[in-house]
Amino acid sequence: MSAIQENDMTNTSRLEHCFTALKQQNRPALVSYLTAGDPDAKTSRRLLHELPEAGVDIIELGMPFSDPMADGPAIQKAALRALENGQTQAKTLEMVRQFREQNSTTPIVLMGYYNPIYCYGVERFLTDAAKAGVDGLIVVDLPPEHDEELCQPAAQHGIDFIRLATPTTDAKRLPKVLANASGFIYYVSVAGVTGGSAPTPERLENAVNQLREHTPLPIAVGFGIRTAEQAATIGRFSDAVVVGSALVDCIEHASSGDDAVTRVHGLVKELAESVRGCRY
Amino acid sequence: MNKPLSLPDANGLFGSFGGRFVAETLMPLILELQDEYATAKNDPEFQRQLAYFQGDYVGRPSPLYFAERLSEHFGGASIYLKREELNHTGAHKINNCIGQVLLAKQMGKKRIIAETGAGMHGVATATVAARFGLPCVIYMGATDIERQQPNVFRMKLLGAEVIPVTSGTGTLKDAMNEALRDWVTNVDDTFYIIGTVAGPHPYPAMVRDFQAVIGHETRAQMSEKQGRLPDSLVACIGGGSNAMGLFHPFLNDADVKMIGVEAGGKGVNSGLHAASLNGGTPGVLHGNRTYLLQNEDGQIIDAHSISAGLDYPGIGPEHAWLHEQGRVEYVSATDDEALEAFQICCRQEGIIPALETAHALAEVAKRAPTLPCEHLMVVNLSGRGDKDMMSVAHHLGDKFGVKNV
Repeated sequence: MSAIQENDMTNTSRLEHCFTALKQQNRPALVSYLTAGDPDAKTSRRLLHELPEAGVDIIELGMPFSDPMADGPAIQKAALRALENGQTQAKTLEMVRQFREQNSTTPIVLMGYYNPIYCYGVERFLTDAAKAGVDGLIVVDLPPEHDEELCQPAAQHGIDFIRLATPTTDAKRLPKVLANASGFIYYVSVAGVTGGSAPTPERLENAVNQLREHTPLPIAVGFGIRTAEQAATIGRFSDAVVVGSALVDCIEHASSGDDAVTRVHGLVKELAESVRGCRY
Repeated sequence: MNKPLSLPDANGLFGSFGGRFVAETLMPLILELQDEYATAKNDPEFQRQLAYFQGDYVGRPSPLYFAERLSEHFGGASIYLKREELNHTGAHKINNCIGQVLLAKQMGKKRIIAETGAGMHGVATATVAARFGLPCVIYMGATDIERQQPNVFRMKLLGAEVIPVTSGTGTLKDAMNEALRDWVTNVDDTFYIIGTVAGPHPYPAMVRDFQAVIGHETRAQMSEKQGRLPDSLVACIGGGSNAMGLFHPFLNDADVKMIGVEAGGKGVNSGLHAASLNGGTPGVLHGNRTYLLQNEDGQIIDAHSISAGLDYPGIGPEHAWLHEQGRVEYVSATDDEALEAFQICCRQEGIIPALETAHALAEVAKRAPTLPCEHLMVVNLSGRGDKDMMSVAHHLGDKFGVKNV
């Protein structure tokens, strides 16, 4: 990373840059989720590097875990594929580092479960992640009650800790959830696991508007969003739309690495086009 | 140092172990459960109902039986068996299920879910769900379903839906993942009856409290029989609920030695075992920090044990804490040692123990001969072995001229 960029980074994060720019364009961000190392390291690297060109604004990269208890079948299988092919935390960070050699603007958020980070060592992980160019973390099994574990240390390394708000997060609890949140808020559209049923847009819009009353942070919506139409509908009132299981399914159904890249980027292009026009 | 009996703290921590490592969707419910349980604990009406069902439905108190022939056989310590296998459904599991189902009713929940390994917790959960008229879904690893067919049939007879879990490796940990996925999806109307002293706070403390009836009775029964406390307590450990139930009321009695026996499988050095404390490292899984079987990258490794009920790659967080404090000694017994002790118990006492329980008896076989007969040793006979006939026949059938049971 050049000195200028580095200096730039200390003042405004890539995530802030991204959301500011998109606000000017009056459109939501397209956030893609893929599991690092799925289906194998080489294909995964290709998938990652070409995501921005296909139209992704923010990359969520899954750190595979053997026991992903908040994920549905699609992402469970993706994690197993990646682990069977030898993916590790160190390899995931190395993927980010290589990505950053070519791309210094697209934010990357690592998503996963606490145990692989805990075993890597929290300080060592945060140091290596910051160095590799990671912008944020989403860790499903660290509620605000455990902020001292990772959320607070991450802030000291300049890494955003993206908090999940859910349909069960009531008004009484919301301040606690938002207290140490940074980067953006990830609104989990339905009570359930990833790749489940689609939420109803009306209820979602209400929930997002209520969240806005409590936080100035951008609000992303994810869980159950699979199609360009859904992305457009939800992108009208949210700041970002997250698509995960539908992309991961493309990898599962692919006949080869090339086919996986073609399928994933094909769906990304449809989604990107749809979010670009959704507010007009 | 924290006093053992005052833990966990307000955040559900036993030292650095325990906690509430769950998805945000579950947090409000878990906090509500914590409040409801705190209220129930001090509610005379709840305690009265619990005592009623423990007595007339479960059949408590379970006897503390002097195992005269077993004591003679080993030629050392006087061995007492706490007969939890005589409880309704044949194991200690129902002590906890009765408590949790009463709580579920109080909270107005309409549906019960649970995970099960050997099927004993599944059967106990299906039983209380039937008794209280609640629909019940049991998640069970596909591998475990294969080796525990009689219990699968029992659960179905009791009206439960048994869902085979094929994700991951199809064993207890995957069943627990799947139960957590169900819970997060049906959070409004569903009560998750966790079967052991693990999971997010308040489960480890709540399950312990419901199982502590074992230790409280043992105290009173031994005082009545011998006019003093036992010298040592021995129990097998998977997640660790039967052991915690026996141990906890004695934690402040420094003279009472406690030994927890993990499943050593093919041997703790073989890599094929379920001994989280003896062969694992600290990590975070299923809502709590505890000792886990995992690789250096934090990926969970499959446990191995001849007994499906001990086949879990973690252990209750309070055990992890007691291990680090040195208050309880944690050892292991191999598959072969358990099978040997299983047969000795059958022949000497006319009691067919569960294969889980046989691990505790294997430690007794090592320890009792070295002690004088004045030494009063209590073993938690946590379950009966009827469910294990097929597994045992598989391993020992030739010896008895039995091919299939």
